[in-house]
Amino acid sequence: MALDKNQIAQRIAQELQHNTYVNLGIGIPTLVANYIPQGIDIEFQSENGVLGMGPFPFEGEEDPDMINAGKQTITTMPGAALFDSATSFAMIRGQHVQLTVLGAMEVSENGDIANWKIPGKMVKGMGGAMDLVASADNIIVAMMHTNRAGESKILKECTLPITGVNCIKKVVTNLAVLEVTKDGLKLLERAPEVSVEEIIAATEVELIIEGNIPIMQI
Amino acid sequence: MINKAVNNIEEALEGAESNMTFMVGGFGLSGIPENCITALAKKEIFGLTCISNNAGVDDFGLGLLLQRKQIKKMISSYVGENAEFERQMLSGELEVDLIPQGSLAERCRAGGAGIPAFFTPAGYGTEVAEGKEMREYNGKPHILESALTADFAFVKAWKGDAAGNLIFKGTARNFNPLMAMAGKITVAEVEVLVPAGELDPNQIHTAGIFVQRIFQGEKYEKRIEQRTVRTRE
Repeated sequence: MALDKNQIAQRIAQELQHNTYVNLGIGIPTLVANYIPQGIDIEFQSENGVLGMGPFPFEGEEDPDMINAGKQTITTMPGAALFDSATSFAMIRGQHVQLTVLGAMEVSENGDIANWKIPGKMVKGMGGAMDLVASADNIIVAMMHTNRAGESKILKECTLPITGVNCIKKVVTNLAVLEVTKDGLKLLERAPEVSVEEIIAATEVELIIEGNIPIMQI
Repeated sequence: MINKAVNNIEEALEGAESNMTFMVGGFGLSGIPENCITALAKKEIFGLTCISNNAGVDDFGLGLLLQRKQIKKMISSYVGENAEFERQMLSGELEVDLIPQGSLAERCRAGGAGIPAFFTPAGYGTEVAEGKEMREYNGKPHILESALTADFAFVKAWKGDAAGNLIFKGTARNFNPLMAMAGKITVAEVEVLVPAGELDPNQIHTAGIFVQRIFQGEKYEKRIEQRTVRTRE
């Protein structure tokens, strides 16, 4: 059975390392914060200028001066810090933030990502995504494996304007966990009740498949 | 103490004319100079270049200036959530320069800090890099980004004093301190304006040297764009 968005987030949360700073993008990545494993201490950075981001506020406690990069109302955790946007991107560009999780419209087998523009149709802008993907050491993409038309979002080359080249390290989709290696995309895990054949059929590029592919632990 | 306090918003906006470049602080609708924007939207000035991370929503923030077609060009990083903006951009009425958010912040900071340009890895290999100088540092490609300055910078702070010193609150700080540095005339509007000497110098985020005019905003709507809450258990 293919994963839902929450399960994708849950699987990505297993990648979180103890005592690290993490930036979560808009959409599925935001949900990762709900599944931090026991014993793992994380501080979430939001690029508009907060470190130590906490959960959404209780109703009635929303503060217009306290939002995340998705413009959602948030709270802060003990030990949080606030700063301006240049300092925030110094943290990102200076590689002080260890992990970035973000969504994508397309990824390519060499680790390119496209997620900011559909020419002639949708132009929302790149926001902080280009800075994040150009600098973070570890970048994980959270997305559905195929688009609404059922076509693979994992391509030989991105067809949409790209956000960054050769930058992503892993892709977690509703069907599979993939790793970007210098030889191509390697299939690491499959979703429960999803066969390797189904993943191959849903993926435009040829995958590196070695031995038995384990099932994701959700 | 050099007094920066002006008596009203008319004095604060004196000299703002058509075809000028304006920086406008804020992220989404958080920390935007509401009073300045509303006043600008009542003025007969057009052909503006606006540098702002976002473009407001249809009926609030910079969206008000877009509705009246006062803006000729936007320099931003993210412009979603604004139907009129998208319409003007796709029809070609509005010129739009989209740049990475970190580069936008740093370009403002550099403009105020007397650094004409800098190299950054952000945008390498993308549309953003087209026509820009590329250079490798530490084996990694970087592109040359130039500094930004403006005729006017409109910023919003929580508290300020008559000397122009500013203290921001929460994530409403965002681009405001950087744009304050980069304006030829920086107009700061604050929720609370106090006489010089009442703010603790240790707590100042933006020093008054970067601010030319300061006033207390008449009222603040402080609209929330994405109200998200959790339920009490």
